[in-house]
Amino acid sequence: MSTQTPMIEMRSVGKRFGSVIALNDISMKVCSGEVMCLLGDNGAGKSTLIKTLSGVHKPTEGEMLVAGKPTRFRNPAKALDAGIATVFQDLAMIPMMSITRNFFMGREPTIGWGPLKRIDWQFAERVAREEMAKIGIDIRDPSQPVGTLSGGERQCVAIARAVYFGAKVLILDEPTSALGVKQASVVLRYIAKARSDGLAVIFITHNVHHAYPVADAFTLLKRGTSLGTFRKSEVSREEVLNMMAGGAELESLDAELAEFQRNDRERTESAAPAVRLANGH
Amino acid sequence: MSDTAPSPQPPTDERVQHVSVFKRLLSRPECGAVAGAFLVMVFFVIAAGDTGMFTGTGIINFLEVAAMLGIIAVAAALLMIGGEFDLSIGSMIGFVGMLIAIPAIEYGWPLWSALLFGFVCALLVGLLNGWLVVRTGLPSFIVTLGFLFILRGLAIGLPRLFTDRTQVGGVHEAMQNDWLAPLFSGEVGTGLFQWLADIGVIATNFAGNPTVSGIPVSIVWWFGLTAVATWVLLGTRFGNWIFACGGDPNAARNVGVPVKRVKIALFAFTALCAAIYAALQVMDTGSADSMRGMLKELQAIIAVVIGGALLTGGYGSAIGATFGALIFGTVQMGIFYTGVNTDWFQVFLGAMLLVAVLFNNYVRKKALEAK
Repeated sequence: MSTQTPMIEMRSVGKRFGSVIALNDISMKVCSGEVMCLLGDNGAGKSTLIKTLSGVHKPTEGEMLVAGKPTRFRNPAKALDAGIATVFQDLAMIPMMSITRNFFMGREPTIGWGPLKRIDWQFAERVAREEMAKIGIDIRDPSQPVGTLSGGERQCVAIARAVYFGAKVLILDEPTSALGVKQASVVLRYIAKARSDGLAVIFITHNVHHAYPVADAFTLLKRGTSLGTFRKSEVSREEVLNMMAGGAELESLDAELAEFQRNDRERTESAAPAVRLANGH
Repeated sequence: MSDTAPSPQPPTDERVQHVSVFKRLLSRPECGAVAGAFLVMVFFVIAAGDTGMFTGTGIINFLEVAAMLGIIAVAAALLMIGGEFDLSIGSMIGFVGMLIAIPAIEYGWPLWSALLFGFVCALLVGLLNGWLVVRTGLPSFIVTLGFLFILRGLAIGLPRLFTDRTQVGGVHEAMQNDWLAPLFSGEVGTGLFQWLADIGVIATNFAGNPTVSGIPVSIVWWFGLTAVATWVLLGTRFGNWIFACGGDPNAARNVGVPVKRVKIALFAFTALCAAIYAALQVMDTGSADSMRGMLKELQAIIAVVIGGALLTGGYGSAIGATFGALIFGTVQMGIFYTGVNTDWFQVFLGAMLLVAVLFNNYVRKKALEAK
């Protein structure tokens, strides 16, 4: 894997907003057929990093390489053209618009020319239906508003859209955080499938339990800097969790929880006779 | 019937209920306005059926009122679906009217060049409006409110400065033999109507001429603009971008929709439609007046909202706005024909607006619930 040219690589990338250093000296690389998990707590700089990768922000320092070539994106459209597709947390979906309209938003297929150039709705509806069926979600009617879909289904529409439009690098921003267990597993299975199809996947999350099964490597972010990149073979789930949240914080949390439990137990014991009295009545 | 093999239908899903055509129509944004227009028509056929409102001339009369409003309402609808307002439409009408009349009357420009001048200026102001909104990120309400006053002030100040009056007349004379004027004046299909009168299909007056001699050009503009706007919204990429910009500009930008360009184009289109309104009005009345177009921006917004568009953007239709304008015209003229004091028109208008908004809110909720 090390001989392969990475699909996307960051070399000491930094991003400042005025006096605030949002990202500092971040380096990482992702090859095709690989899932890189970007882990970090809230405020670690995950969102800034994704926005830099997807062309929303321009890095103030360092450089980005796409397939070995140094690249600067002027806007998100340019990143898309280079095959870097980002599925944002808000999914870039518009609830009042139909699934098909959302699926092809910004990249509508057209037929005809001149003033008669129009969207090829037949083709669009067919593709939307087929692509959704491929990932095991059959949409009932592609002209229904996206707002009627469940969270997991919406996530999958967003990913399917990115894959359909020839994404080589797929950036997923917290794809599972708002989902139930079953729906999250649908999305995780789809991430595994995208990897085996040869995509480079960057999977941003703060949930180690979702990240660990599908990831090949982890990059940990904390307060805008990278704690390093680890192959899955090098670290265990607990180690990742500890590094991410800071082991000390979790230990103190454990202690506090134990305290609560003890208090609860004492309260129920003292309340128990009263309960018995009430029942006796 | 019995020997027909099961046709190769697309795979159906047992969770999809068969939705009747009627129900599908109900889920369109314009359904409220269409139903409303129908009710209003029925009401006035009963209440004013014998007053001449529904004779040929009467129908042309209320359609003309609807057409003028419809021209700006269609543009305002696209803009509102795109997530913005334009409060300067009304002032723009007065302003462009002056830009056409002053050069043509006071400085002897040929009318066609004055018309082009007016349209180019409207386009520039529209672009400036749009550019300011997308550039500053300020609400379009504020930016265009500024232009409401700027343009109205210019519509009063410029004629005072150049002619010492606030009304510039004599445009009818300037229209003689002008090649561009017929685009904004007169009637279409006069030959057809004469022929229909000759074979007795439509009524004639004492001189043997048809009572309706043709379709006023404003109505043609209205239908034409509605058709083009509907085509753009439902059929083209740009239409999809309009919905996207209004629905969620951030999401749209993230998938590569040129949000700023779309919004600026919509502002420019709105300004052009206001200029069309001004040109039609100046040629119809033969004069420009500083106070022309007062409150038209609000009437256009009312027509658009009655037509089913959401004030927040992302949802609506051009056909809806057209029916909104039709309701407007019908009621305005209907009240006149029934002899009710026209003061009541505004009461009706406000009530209609509220009913439409409540209805639209309900429909939108239903649309997002439907699983």
